[in-house]
Amino acid sequence: MGGSASLIPRDLLSEYQELTFLSKQEILLAYKRFSELLPKEERENACSARVSKSQILTLPELRANPFQHQICHVFSTSESGDDSMSFEDFLDMLSVFSDSATSDIKSHYAFRIFDFDNDGILDRKDLEQLVNCLTGQGEESQLSSAEMEQLIQNILEESDIDKDGTINLSEFQHVVSRSPDFASSFKIVL
Amino acid sequence: MAEKRRIRDFQQADTEHLSKWKKWRRTSSKSLKKALGEVKGLSSYLVLWRHDIHSIEGKFGTGIQSYFSFLRFLVLLNFIIFILMFSFVTLPTIISKYGIFNSTIAYISPKNIDDTCTIYKPSGNKGLVYFYTYLKDLLSGTGFLEVTSLFYGYYSIDAVWISIMSYNLPLAYLLATFAYLTLSSLWIIKRSVEGFKQNLVHDADPFQSYCNKVFAGWDFCITDPSAARLKHRSLQYELQTDLQEEKLKQKIAERKMGEKLRIYTLRIFINIIVIAILSGCFYSIYRVTVFSQENSSDTGNVNSQVNLLVQYLPSMVITLANFIGPLIFAFLIRFEDYTPAFEIKLTLLRCVFVRLANIGVLLFSLWSQIAGCGSDKCKPCGYNYKLYPCWESDVGQEMYKLMIFDFIVILAVALFADFPRKLLVTHCSWKLVQWFGHKEFEISDNVLEIIYGQTICWIGTFFSPLLPAIATIKYFIIFYVKKIVLIHTRKPAARPIRASSSNFFFLVVLLIGLLLAFIPLGFSIARIPSSKACGPFRNYNTSWEVIPDTILQFPTGLQQILFGIASEAFAVPFFVILCIIMFYVIALARAHKRVVEQLREQLVLESRDKMFLIRKIAEAQRYP
Repeated sequence: MGGSASLIPRDLLSEYQELTFLSKQEILLAYKRFSELLPKEERENACSARVSKSQILTLPELRANPFQHQICHVFSTSESGDDSMSFEDFLDMLSVFSDSATSDIKSHYAFRIFDFDNDGILDRKDLEQLVNCLTGQGEESQLSSAEMEQLIQNILEESDIDKDGTINLSEFQHVVSRSPDFASSFKIVL
Repeated sequence: MAEKRRIRDFQQADTEHLSKWKKWRRTSSKSLKKALGEVKGLSSYLVLWRHDIHSIEGKFGTGIQSYFSFLRFLVLLNFIIFILMFSFVTLPTIISKYGIFNSTIAYISPKNIDDTCTIYKPSGNKGLVYFYTYLKDLLSGTGFLEVTSLFYGYYSIDAVWISIMSYNLPLAYLLATFAYLTLSSLWIIKRSVEGFKQNLVHDADPFQSYCNKVFAGWDFCITDPSAARLKHRSLQYELQTDLQEEKLKQKIAERKMGEKLRIYTLRIFINIIVIAILSGCFYSIYRVTVFSQENSSDTGNVNSQVNLLVQYLPSMVITLANFIGPLIFAFLIRFEDYTPAFEIKLTLLRCVFVRLANIGVLLFSLWSQIAGCGSDKCKPCGYNYKLYPCWESDVGQEMYKLMIFDFIVILAVALFADFPRKLLVTHCSWKLVQWFGHKEFEISDNVLEIIYGQTICWIGTFFSPLLPAIATIKYFIIFYVKKIVLIHTRKPAARPIRASSSNFFFLVVLLIGLLLAFIPLGFSIARIPSSKACGPFRNYNTSWEVIPDTILQFPTGLQQILFGIASEAFAVPFFVILCIIMFYVIALARAHKRVVEQLREQLVLESRDKMFLIRKIAEAQRYP
């Protein structure tokens, strides 16, 4: 811990503490894990380096996650669209998934993660893809089309308040605020 | 991050225009937040088992992690109760008995009490005895253990004088008991409220809604690929079962009259069978306790192993009933044709009832022995003084035996049932053995086990003040045992347990156990005459009498106030006011619900208006 502490300048560390929900130990741990993903030569400038998506996906916290691609896409600020992440993107991601993040922030980002076609609303196709992610890849682990229809019908009944067949951000935030499991399941701690 | 920086710079530019006072307020709140963050960071190191529970969460999901967090909560609770009882009851006694700090003991000689009531000769081991007597005493709480501070009988002093201050031990004993009961109930209620705050307004069951399952279904903290596969499968199974259950509900609603009649008679019949089984259990516990009490006080019994067996007979029968009962209920409920979710709830409820009622029956049979006054056995003292000169110690010993036996059974089941089963299933390929399969980590069974233990601890602490320490050590060891069993022999439970609903369920059952513990304690404190031969309440009729006695020593003004609060003139108006407040709050909640419904309807209308207008605009654009 002492080694990595000297590699993040102190003012940068306090700035990160101010701008994210993470504590000092969590930021330092994130720095350690991030620099392990870089090849040896680049570890000195970890703060400004970018890590490719395939490298990020080797992290155990993301490796088993069915939403891994969407998560990288949402949090990456890369202009070239290759979903690579810098250290600050990584911190942003951990901040949203941390214990101390408010439920507003979490539901806002959850909406963006579940919105697979990035059109700003959750329509039937998004919900279908979401359920398929949950039940797993592979033919035998997917629900039959009748079951899927029934399930999406039930979901829309519960959450679509203005009955337009899609879920927008406010409806999503409303239904998630009443969901007791959301805060404990939407959490990644290194 | 870049955007956050921009916003922050914007905000700071803003603050330049604010007054000094507002600037100071902003900077001070920021530094307060920073300080709180530091404190939280430091205190997270003090949390017990943080790393273990985190790794369990990563491998098995939040449902099972909630069981282990619950265990940790119980360890802390028992530790705090132990500290409470130790510092207010045991420590003054020990200090005074060894004369530290110039303390002396005051013994008040009993007045108006028959001499025969005060004879109490606990058979502490004197002289040379076989070594196994110590072991037997350790397991049954008699012999050398009976005269230690473990049991009620040790605290036979009335006041402790430390230089000039007097410490009223009987009052402290009673107040410490009330304190730990109140502390437990407040802490449990606080924990359950945290998990339940948001869900009181809406009608539908929040734990079972589809949105909860889909949007909050995936545990983002799972790190193990095989655990992820299990989670996928269990989610698929859960969604499919729920959809089937919905179809089943529709079918049930369409049932014809004849069908309904048949099913209701079947249900009544099965409930009668359940009640018969329960009464059979209770009766056998009663008879076994009576038998065990009568035969274990036979001092002429040479064969001490048999004596030990007889003493442990009630615990064994209770454990057997706790084991067989749930199996029978799980078998019977299949015939009652409920929806799967309701089946699970009903079985669970019946199991909870069996476990807690067994303790109640044991205590009831003990009391019938103690206060059983046929043929004038208890004329002088109010209780059966010949068999039980110090009845509180006896009850304490029974609770102690129950706790030790419970602990032994948990360890034995883990060692002799789980591990051999796993070895058998992995290495032996017979059809029968494979059908038996791996053991599932049934959360509800495990939770009921530890709640049963905790109820015994709550009841027993009044009679045996050091019992919470034993409970703390017991749960500490059980944590590691269960963790090892989980890691090595786990098969995923077919029906996944959700963290929020399981937390709520654990705490509700724990609260039921606590409320049930109030009843026997209240009865023994207020109704049964305390023993005159031992304990701090020798000079009082019942243990409760300490409090009225102490109040009578207060100044008259305070006395009148306290008597006024306890009288009807105060209680009835107080009750009426409480009812009025409750009705007002219920009416308010109903009004809010109505407003929420109306707003929803308005939103639907608005969206329809929006669709209509969009259509009109599109039409208008087509025909300019």
